[in-house]
Amino acid sequence: MSADNMKLTLKIWRQKNANAKGHFDTHTLDGVTSHMSFLEMLDVLNEQIIQEKKEPVAFEHDCREGICGTCSLVINGYPHGPQQGTTTCQLHMRHFKDGDTITIEPWRSAAFPIVKDLVVNRDSFDRIIQAGGYISVNTGQAQDGNAIPIEKDVANEAMDAATCIGCGACVAACPNASAMLFTSAKVSHLAHMPQGEVEASQRAIRMVEQHDAEGFGRCSNITACEAECPKEISVEHIARLNREYLSASVGSDK
Amino acid sequence: MALQSNVPPGELGEKWTKYRSSMPLVAPNNKRRIEVIIVGTGLAGGAAAATLGELGYKVKVFTFHDSPRRAHSIAAQGGINAAKNYQNDGDSVYRLFYDTIKGGDYRSREANVHRLAEVSVNIIDQAVAQGVPFAREYGGLLANRSFGGVQVSRTFYARGQTGQQLLLGAYQSLSRQVSLGNVTMYNRHEMVDVVKIDGKARGIIARNLLTGELERHGAHAVVLGTGGYGNVFYLSTNAMNSNVSAAWRAVKKGAYMANPCFTQIHPTCIPVSGEYQSKLTLMSESLRNDGRVWVPKNQEDAKAIREGRKTGLDIPEADRDYYLERRYPAFGNLVPRDVASRAAKTACDEGLGVSPTGLAVYLDFADAIQRYGKSQATTLNETNASAARIRELGTAVVAEKYGNLFEMYEKITGENPYVMPMKIYPAVHYTMGGLWVDYNLQTNVPGLFAAGEANFSDHGANRLGASALMQGLADGYFVLPYTIGTFLANEIRTPMIDPNGKEFMEAEKAVADRITRVMGVQGNQSVESFHRRLGKYMWDYCGMARNADGLAKGRELIRELREEFYRDVFVPGTADEYNPELEKALRVADFLELGELMMVDALDRNESCGGHFREEYQTPEGEALRRDDEYTYVSAWEWDDNQPILHKENLEFENVELKTRSYK
Repeated sequence: MSADNMKLTLKIWRQKNANAKGHFDTHTLDGVTSHMSFLEMLDVLNEQIIQEKKEPVAFEHDCREGICGTCSLVINGYPHGPQQGTTTCQLHMRHFKDGDTITIEPWRSAAFPIVKDLVVNRDSFDRIIQAGGYISVNTGQAQDGNAIPIEKDVANEAMDAATCIGCGACVAACPNASAMLFTSAKVSHLAHMPQGEVEASQRAIRMVEQHDAEGFGRCSNITACEAECPKEISVEHIARLNREYLSASVGSDK
Repeated sequence: MALQSNVPPGELGEKWTKYRSSMPLVAPNNKRRIEVIIVGTGLAGGAAAATLGELGYKVKVFTFHDSPRRAHSIAAQGGINAAKNYQNDGDSVYRLFYDTIKGGDYRSREANVHRLAEVSVNIIDQAVAQGVPFAREYGGLLANRSFGGVQVSRTFYARGQTGQQLLLGAYQSLSRQVSLGNVTMYNRHEMVDVVKIDGKARGIIARNLLTGELERHGAHAVVLGTGGYGNVFYLSTNAMNSNVSAAWRAVKKGAYMANPCFTQIHPTCIPVSGEYQSKLTLMSESLRNDGRVWVPKNQEDAKAIREGRKTGLDIPEADRDYYLERRYPAFGNLVPRDVASRAAKTACDEGLGVSPTGLAVYLDFADAIQRYGKSQATTLNETNASAARIRELGTAVVAEKYGNLFEMYEKITGENPYVMPMKIYPAVHYTMGGLWVDYNLQTNVPGLFAAGEANFSDHGANRLGASALMQGLADGYFVLPYTIGTFLANEIRTPMIDPNGKEFMEAEKAVADRITRVMGVQGNQSVESFHRRLGKYMWDYCGMARNADGLAKGRELIRELREEFYRDVFVPGTADEYNPELEKALRVADFLELGELMMVDALDRNESCGGHFREEYQTPEGEALRRDDEYTYVSAWEWDDNQPILHKENLEFENVELKTRSYK
């Protein structure tokens, strides 16, 4: 375990707004303890900055339980920091040591424009879901929940994909800034369920088209996304998406 | 004003069906000309928005998040109740109704709760149709587990991420309506006021959080699905940005706040570790299915653990007190949340706490690992399995059921809960109180509706586990889309609301003035520091145990703090840009008023019920002492800066007999 009174040097990306030029600011912070979460460490930094009557570092966060997908941050070059399978909010300072210099940057992708400092705009993800990431069923149209049995393993695989939190780390990790892991996780989740199978091919086509229209790059099987995904979503879902996409392309008049 | 609950007449079990079949409807051609604003995109708001869009209304939805998928419903772990009786264990709509009324300590409205139990079954069907990947048995059918306060297995779940999967289901339905053009989505827009015209809610003022610009939006009706106010305590299991402001702005425009002091302290959270702590993390109640709660029997052992000379593993079985199993043999570790929380507090007050702060008890899975291990060994025909092998097999079963929770615990605490018993302590988790609404989910302001945690209606003084998801989705999918018609059917001749009218301009000006006032203080203390102090007052004087002197003192302290806030708060930056500190300042300003109202409400209620425990009112065994003769009412408060005004809705129980809750 690390010391309980760490001193850190923080190199943090500061950018007034989407149009301004950004730069790194360096801050030193004393009294960091190993039980703090990474974001609590930034809270302490911001309190210090506010005491100096300056503008605190803008970063996004909400649930601080690793599930809402709001927090981001590229920490020492790694989306969500160096610990595998962990969101930034669940990263704790026990993984750092006294005297460390930590570099903190926003997600960087043309499809995620910077709002301020470390905050980016991820509306493009919403639009990909709007393009087809759903099952077309209205409220009240459902049959009994047990009418269609679903194999336990199939439900588990669907859940593995559905666990995506929509944070965007896959994009930040990808040299092509592709959002294929995000897109495929939804396609694969719904294609696994008998209820979602009906629209599976069309869904894949429409979501991929929207993905490309948003300016995300193509997938070239580098698999950095899988390595950095805080929910450890497998690139096998991209294969599943390709299958759905291909069968739809072959079968349609496109 | 007399409060009309508008509960329809008839037999309890038939009220909703009959009412639904006879309520006024809005024809499809008229729906297209009626606008509805929904604030909040959690289970209640998101489900309502999707469903109203499907029905053909013109819907505008607002969230302060960067995406509707981030609402705090997403963090719910354990599950969702429904009276499906798939387990054939004697469950029924009536039993779910009865458990919820009893669990709420007889402080909720019978008709609302029965309706909730009725529609619970539809929710599961709907979620399955949306593709929600619920947990399943090997035969492919839906799996269930047990939750606190009940003796049947009626909880449906998706690993420890049930809220996430249900919210994504609602979000996907909402996204479909956005793509069809029925719903317009406003991300990063925070409601900062309700606009009333001729006494009716006709729109909102929203602040565009990216630009700071104030926007006026009109509609025929406004729905608030804006969640609870647990963050008034600063430390809670709520997401950092959860706040009361939308509901509180409604209160400032005349809506009543009901039972604000009814807050739920959840028994199984990760204990506080330091001053810098920003939030508390829940460990799902589902863990109490298999985990056993205990503290050492004697103070010397507890002291040794606190000082690091011993660990839980060093305490022999005979020296452990499994106090829930001892005190409540019928329900054991699955007593309701309020009972479990108070018992943990009692143990720690007696000097038996097991963390350095003295505020923690153990939640231990060693027995579950043994039990599952042996069962697995039998299944696999490993008759001579070694102790280590049994442990390995049992650990695997526990990992499958609770793996992600155990992982989260380890990430936060650095301790391995498969080996070392978890340390837990109660924390603020949910607020049963909320905007007063009638049977139609309409507040006392016509045209203003509240759904989900934002209203007060279904959980009385204590909510049972896995019922929040049920209520949010019941309101959003199956109740509000019908009941809103009772108001809108009379509005079909009302033209589109003009957002440039006098009332909108005045409301916008008032918001701008409020922002200028907060920005203008330029004092010396951060918003966060005020919030933290408020939270400490709330926890100390309006927390797990309350008394008259403390509540009076707490109220005074909050009033002083509010005055100090407007004298010395420092908000950096400007109002016309992305400024999270300003957002926080406006929310904390509202918490500083709500906190006072909670003290007033708790002081008024001279009884103990559910999550509201007044030390003056307890049985000789230390259990809550309810006073049905005087307090069988809903406290609906009209805000007044000097002395809030109490309006009472008497609760009438025609179908259940009021009893002292017993889980022994």
